[in-house]
Amino acid sequence: MNILVCVKQVPDTNEIKIDPVKNTLIRAGVPSIVNPFDGYALEAAARIKDKDPDTKIIVMSMGPEQAKAALKECVAIAADKAYLVSGRKFGGSDTLATSYIIANAAKMIEEKEGIKFDLLFFGKQAIDGDTAQVGPEVGEHLGLPQVTYVLEASVEDGKLIARKEVEGGIEVISCATPCVATFTKPSFDPRFPTIKRKLAANKAVIPVISDEELVLDETMIGLKGSPTRVKSTNVAQKKSGGVKIAAETAEESAAALYAALTEAKVL
Amino acid sequence: MNFHFNEEEQEILGMLEDFCKAEVGPKAAEVDENERFPEETWHALAEMGMAGIYFPEEYNGAGMSYLTYIGACEKLAEYCATSSVMLSAHESLCCWPIFKYGTEEQKQKYLAPLCAGEKLGAFGLTEPGAGTDAAMQKTVAEDKGDHWLINGSKIFITNAAFADVFVIFAMTDKSLGNKGISAFIIEKGTPGFSVGAHEKKMGIRGSSTCELIFEDVKLPKENLLGEIGKGFKVAMTTLDGGRIGIAAQALGIAQAAINEAVKYTKERIQFGKSIWKFQNTQFQLADMQAKVDAARLLIYRAAQAKEDGEPHSHLAAMAKLVASETASDVTRRCVQLAGGYGYSREYPFERMMRDAKITEIYEGTSEVQRMVIAGWMGATK
Repeated sequence: MNILVCVKQVPDTNEIKIDPVKNTLIRAGVPSIVNPFDGYALEAAARIKDKDPDTKIIVMSMGPEQAKAALKECVAIAADKAYLVSGRKFGGSDTLATSYIIANAAKMIEEKEGIKFDLLFFGKQAIDGDTAQVGPEVGEHLGLPQVTYVLEASVEDGKLIARKEVEGGIEVISCATPCVATFTKPSFDPRFPTIKRKLAANKAVIPVISDEELVLDETMIGLKGSPTRVKSTNVAQKKSGGVKIAAETAEESAAALYAALTEAKVL
Repeated sequence: MNFHFNEEEQEILGMLEDFCKAEVGPKAAEVDENERFPEETWHALAEMGMAGIYFPEEYNGAGMSYLTYIGACEKLAEYCATSSVMLSAHESLCCWPIFKYGTEEQKQKYLAPLCAGEKLGAFGLTEPGAGTDAAMQKTVAEDKGDHWLINGSKIFITNAAFADVFVIFAMTDKSLGNKGISAFIIEKGTPGFSVGAHEKKMGIRGSSTCELIFEDVKLPKENLLGEIGKGFKVAMTTLDGGRIGIAAQALGIAQAAINEAVKYTKERIQFGKSIWKFQNTQFQLADMQAKVDAARLLIYRAAQAKEDGEPHSHLAAMAKLVASETASDVTRRCVQLAGGYGYSREYPFERMMRDAKITEIYEGTSEVQRMVIAGWMGATK
């Protein structure tokens, strides 16, 4: 199996603060991390490799030079090789343009490596943009079947077996390869790097696929290729936490609820 | 005079910190409360390659510096003192003497799986009547021609119930005192060798501390570690290194207590302002941090001396003495700063205070450290 895992370097949103006047994110001093959902995708790939050591895992990220740090982290955890897709012309791309670039970069990596990807894994969404569009759109650009919101993945007889989160339960889906899968948070934690892999990853050379090498239709990339426009950003109103009423008996709970609602002048 | 971690070392310690934040810290209170040995933490550390941080790669070690290992003991202790001593008893007290005094066969047979983390190590010196006076060993190893016959017992043995390989000490010639002690390697499951009851302790309550019992244990001749009659030297040089690990454990506990106290005092409002704003709080914490940093430098100096193969017995003793007494003092004061909440198990201060105390006792009490330091002063001044 050859698996491509696409990752995004994102600011650690747990650490982010919001400028109360300008309503913008204060990104200075905020550490960058691998998007957690992409980490789950990488872990899923690593688990497939645990069972079949011949599996090749390649990670790819589109972003500035700094994103190499995220790629190195992925190499330290499980990836065999990493590629960075980076170029000024790619800047300003929305999800549609980004997925077009990634789909084409995937094809280019296949050529460079002399392989075909059986599985293209993504996090379900990035924690900064939260669109959940790039993975599925790459599938569309490449004409591949896709499974979204996957919790766990395995390979049986060359097919992807995915346990997928659906409302109120879990669906188990078998999907022919090649295919795209996007991952959500599973019940297990992703593995940590080992000292040896971490040191090797530090020395790893990460090839860059530039906008000069990956020549694409310029009306489909960057700002020009992006129909999405951000009109404004707002800070969500903080809601106060709920109150849990759990008295000894249901009757007492009901009475407490009635009293609370009366006091709040709801009733 | 350069005791800082290089970029590679920082990366590894950063990786360990990520692990500690996610896996070790959140469990520390539960491990303490239930007196549960965090076996899963051991396996995860082993998986990461932390079971043989400073041993050569040919024995499955990670080939990192001794300072990195000490940094790891410190980091683990910041999140969970139990987990820190689990690693340091394994590496300092079991892996190291085998690495230093073992034959090539012993290294292949024991050190390699220990460093790979497939096996957990322990060390057995202390006996009911042989604590600080370690030469009063009652455990006996008789030479029976084709094997050793071991009889006796050990107490307060760290990692005991979960360890696979033990470095132990026994009298091979009672008439020679110190010079009649020899070191041996013994594996779990050896007939006649059993682990006794779990010790109920004040702190590091997740650590597995038990008695070891030897009843007519037939040990192969090749399990002698180092030369016959040189066991006391094996024990003392092993403890020289071990003490740096325990000093680092004390350092981690103390630093964590300060970090928590800063956070707590900033949030705690009394008399209309956060208690951090009171100069008493600031001065107390400033004093504590200065003392902790002084201990840190002593520890890193001792670690560097060990790394460089320089005499470090007295440096390790100074580091452990200062770090452990600082940790006890700092954690006690942090409990006080947090008042009633400091005494409550809802906050980590009381656990840290209980955990800190042991660092003044095991691997040589503070009094032993003073003896070592004074011995060095008398010999050189």
